[in-house]
Amino acid sequence: MRISKYTVRHVAELARLEFKEEELEKFAEQLGNILEHIEELNELDTSNVEPTFHVLDLSTPLREDVVEPWLNADEALENAPQREEDFFAVPKVIED
Amino acid sequence: MELPFLTIREVSESIKKKEISPVEITQAILERIGEVDGKLNSYITVLADQAIQFAKEAEKLISSGTYIGPLHGVPIGLKDIFCMKGVRTTCGSKILENFISPYDATVTRKLKDAGAVIVGKNNMDEFAMGSSTENSYFGPTRNPWDLERVPGGSSGGSAAAVSASLCFGSIGTDTGGSIRQPATLCGLVGLKPTYGRVSRFGMIAFASSLDQGGPLTKTVEDTALMLNIIAGNDSRDSTSVNSPVPDYTSCLNDGIKGVKVGVPREYFIKGIDTEVEEAVKRAIALVEDLGGVVEEISLPHTKHAVSAYYLLAPSEASSNLARYDGVKYGFRVYDAENLRDMYFKTRAEGFGREVKRRIMIGTYALSSGYYDAYYLKAQRVRTLIKKDFEDAFKKVDVIMTPTSPEPAFKIGEKTDDPLKMYLSDIFTIPCNLAGLPGISIPCGFTSTGLPIGLQILGKPFDEETLLRVAHNYEIHTNWKEKRPPI
Repeated sequence: MRISKYTVRHVAELARLEFKEEELEKFAEQLGNILEHIEELNELDTSNVEPTFHVLDLSTPLREDVVEPWLNADEALENAPQREEDFFAVPKVIED
Repeated sequence: MELPFLTIREVSESIKKKEISPVEITQAILERIGEVDGKLNSYITVLADQAIQFAKEAEKLISSGTYIGPLHGVPIGLKDIFCMKGVRTTCGSKILENFISPYDATVTRKLKDAGAVIVGKNNMDEFAMGSSTENSYFGPTRNPWDLERVPGGSSGGSAAAVSASLCFGSIGTDTGGSIRQPATLCGLVGLKPTYGRVSRFGMIAFASSLDQGGPLTKTVEDTALMLNIIAGNDSRDSTSVNSPVPDYTSCLNDGIKGVKVGVPREYFIKGIDTEVEEAVKRAIALVEDLGGVVEEISLPHTKHAVSAYYLLAPSEASSNLARYDGVKYGFRVYDAENLRDMYFKTRAEGFGREVKRRIMIGTYALSSGYYDAYYLKAQRVRTLIKKDFEDAFKKVDVIMTPTSPEPAFKIGEKTDDPLKMYLSDIFTIPCNLAGLPGISIPCGFTSTGLPIGLQILGKPFDEETLLRVAHNYEIHTNWKEKRPPI
């Protein structure tokens, strides 16, 4: 299966990744090979099969709405690459 | 120095009887790490000072008559995917190279509460994505049985460390075989518990519907001892199951007369190493001699498991790894023009090649126009694989297969061909897709001295039968007596 460089660039954009031109070539080839292998799933007729998103019958457990101690602001911000007061600081969002 | 070569059970008995002190044993392990780990690279971080400190506290408690239990004062390792308060937790990635966790994972906390001495954080494939530990940002781990070969992955650091006696046991994680395959390649016991048996809180997420933590140890009994500590419901993980935790050591010595063993024909395929196939068949024959009732079964959708997995796991990963954006923690590229540019540059520099590849596959499979054909299709195939097992377990109690189609391969052998690497998980993946427990135990060596493993799969939450069958096999063989040459 062939995946174009254009597709790789588009998916990379969605995933917030960027690649150099020569990496794009290699990725296109490798993704193509992997997806080609995966195409074999089409041998199976699954039209009447329900999907399994999760093996357990999940329910959302509820608890009493009481405050439990957890990280304070300083602890939560300890690993921040950039901090201003009690906030995570990031580069400019809106262009001039 | 013989101390590091003991099992958890042996060292634990000696600590309890005050024949060995936790400080003495911790020092012995740290010394051996110093001597040997330069060759193996099985630890990303060694916690020498902290471990000695913790061992001193254990010693004080024990000498004052307070013995907590079998892990008290026992040096163990922890895959660097488990958060540990105040300690660097990297997940094998540059993007978390300097991340100091502000809290303990539930598994970490339970080990500490049990008095275990955590001596270090074990190397791993970046974000647990790999089958060889070659994808670690901190360099590959080597196999103690042959330094030119991989230890398996992604819990390869844990496996190499336990196998080379650089800790008595380690907790790894298994998303598609990442405990069982390295256990096999390093000659160890490795257990992936039933999905939901062990809390995932503080265990860095790869594919949330598949990830599960579990022990790698020298013996089945040691695995049971560690599972006793880490299993159980956790209010911080809503997928951890609220069912009672038995004492997993209590029924190990019950016999296995009449236990029904299924051998799926789809797991003995062309391309499997002949020495592996022969060793596994000999192991099954021994189980039959011990009273097991062996029958051939069929798991017809086995061959589709790898394809389904390599859509589902990357899809979940692409979503889970969206959080690494350089904002709240971890690596950031500072010379970005704006926020958007910062995201791209941070992720491009922070993630390694295999992680990017999986994010790309997952993003593609989930993207508009492809969702039904790939993601949803894979989830439907997952139902078929799960149903194969449900049907099989109506007839048998356990299923036996090889864990890995081949023994440890050479470093660099598969790095240029991702698909070839993915196929090394062919026998371990179905168990994760179905959420079942699976154990790998040593069942022989190749003519060149590389370990071979037998995989035993069980019914959901029936780890007891798995461990009992595994233990019965183990005590009638002497594979565990053999030590790697390092």
